[in-house]
Amino acid sequence: MTCWETVTAYAFRSLGYGERLLPRSDFTLCQQFTLIGSGLIWNIYFGVLALVAGFFLANAIALAKTARSPWVRKPADWFIFLFRGSPLFIQFFLAYEALQMLPKAGIKVLWITVETSWTTRAWAGALFVLFLNTAAYSAEIFHGALKSIPKGDLEAADAYGISGWAKFRRIQWPTMLRLAWPAYTNEAIFLFHSTTLVYFSGFPAFQQRGDALYYANYFADKTFNPFVPYPIAAGYFIVLTLLLIWLFGAINRRLNRHLPSNMGRKIRLRPQVIR
Amino acid sequence: MFAYCADPKSLEGLAWLACYLTTGKHMGLYWSFGTVLLLLAITAPVALAFGFVGAMAARSPFLPARIIGKGYTAMVRGVPDIVFFLFFVIALDQGIEWLNHQIRCPDWTEPIRQGLEFRVCPQAKVPLGSSPQYVHQLYGFGLAVMTFSLVFGAFAANVLYGAMQAVPRAQLETAEAYGMNHAQVFRRILVPQMWVYALPGLSNLWMILIKATPLLFLLGVQDIVYWARELGGAKTSAYEYPHPDWRLYYFLFLLVFYLGFTKLSEIVLDRLTARLSRGQATAAGEAMRKAGA
Repeated sequence: MTCWETVTAYAFRSLGYGERLLPRSDFTLCQQFTLIGSGLIWNIYFGVLALVAGFFLANAIALAKTARSPWVRKPADWFIFLFRGSPLFIQFFLAYEALQMLPKAGIKVLWITVETSWTTRAWAGALFVLFLNTAAYSAEIFHGALKSIPKGDLEAADAYGISGWAKFRRIQWPTMLRLAWPAYTNEAIFLFHSTTLVYFSGFPAFQQRGDALYYANYFADKTFNPFVPYPIAAGYFIVLTLLLIWLFGAINRRLNRHLPSNMGRKIRLRPQVIR
Repeated sequence: MFAYCADPKSLEGLAWLACYLTTGKHMGLYWSFGTVLLLLAITAPVALAFGFVGAMAARSPFLPARIIGKGYTAMVRGVPDIVFFLFFVIALDQGIEWLNHQIRCPDWTEPIRQGLEFRVCPQAKVPLGSSPQYVHQLYGFGLAVMTFSLVFGAFAANVLYGAMQAVPRAQLETAEAYGMNHAQVFRRILVPQMWVYALPGLSNLWMILIKATPLLFLLGVQDIVYWARELGGAKTSAYEYPHPDWRLYYFLFLLVFYLGFTKLSEIVLDRLTARLSRGQATAAGEAMRKAGA
């Protein structure tokens, strides 16, 4: 089997296309690169969708956390505390067990029966947990940024007669985003890193369709040699991280484009890793 | 545990629960909380030491040491740490056995990697195949502690390196003007002052470390996640205490444990920060002075 044949056989194995059986002996470097890269599709899927959906929820929660009424503020506080105070690993387990408890036959809402079996599958259940988790972490970041908007900006808005929704949309929100962006970049990077936990935390890999680390672990178990598959997975993630930094850096430059160049906030990596 | 637990099938209600929660296996669960705390107690200082050495190496004027130090601090940035967890456990194990093999069996001729196997001579096995079960468990735990320390040492090195850079330059220059050499400046001026800059990062790291402890499960240690899965799974009537699938409740209990633990740490660390900021020339210290005046 040439390398190109391996690529065509396994490139989309993680999605269920191509060769059904995983290689069992005579492992080649090419197989490891292809399969681990194929698994990376799932990491990108989880990361991108959770990040995009989480962004909107995070904005809402950050706003709720600044609200004056305790009826709005307290739930936001508790949501953030719940997801930031406990390990993501436990959250995955808990969510999986909770989703398992849903009635197997589906729930009857009025006259339509809603299927429930798909919720225990990783693509839905784990994505949901990651979405809530990143929303909580990002909400904390956005809340901190909302609090540190310069007082002068808000006073200037008042002086111009900008108030209410217009003030939020044109002054507060852009400034919040600009201030929060370096921290939010870190959050995005570590969200992508934590997607590797999915297939190690209760959610089964249906028909051995797993993520990059799932396949790396498969090879390490089979060959009993960790020195090849894990560095390959690490290499893929370094590339992914660099891409993310580039993308978020471009957005950061756009957010800061009206400022003198020396005032732009540099993006610094801070470990925020395992949740 | 209790005398009336002799025949669990006849029990009901609270008595049943009391007996159920004090079975030998549940004791295993309670002890595993000790395992988690022990891991934290050992890992935190060891990782701090690794981080300190790493940060020192990254600042060293000697190029190879600087490259190693910078490489160590950079390694956790681009790669998910769980990759390191899975990697180091096997890599350390094989590394130790390989070294042992070189020492004990110098005239062993067969290759160590035979196809899909890693085979060292029987005397070089760590721990020896004949050693009792608890030695194997202890060795597994030791490997896990080492892995955690290596990974978190890299994070700590990041934080400490930043803190060392944050100490005002003028302080160090003044010390040099007084005729101190490099080692003296480092020991007497830099290290005592850097802690207040390092504390926010280190307390963040402590929270991350707490939340990383369930990963012990992935390293093959019988920790709380292992027991929660073991005990929570549905038990048929063949067991002494039959019950349906209760894993949800066990994991809920773990969640509450972690929430309480992180909350407690947060309170303690806030107090510590306040304590360390008192009288410091930082914004927090200044705010405290104004509040007091």
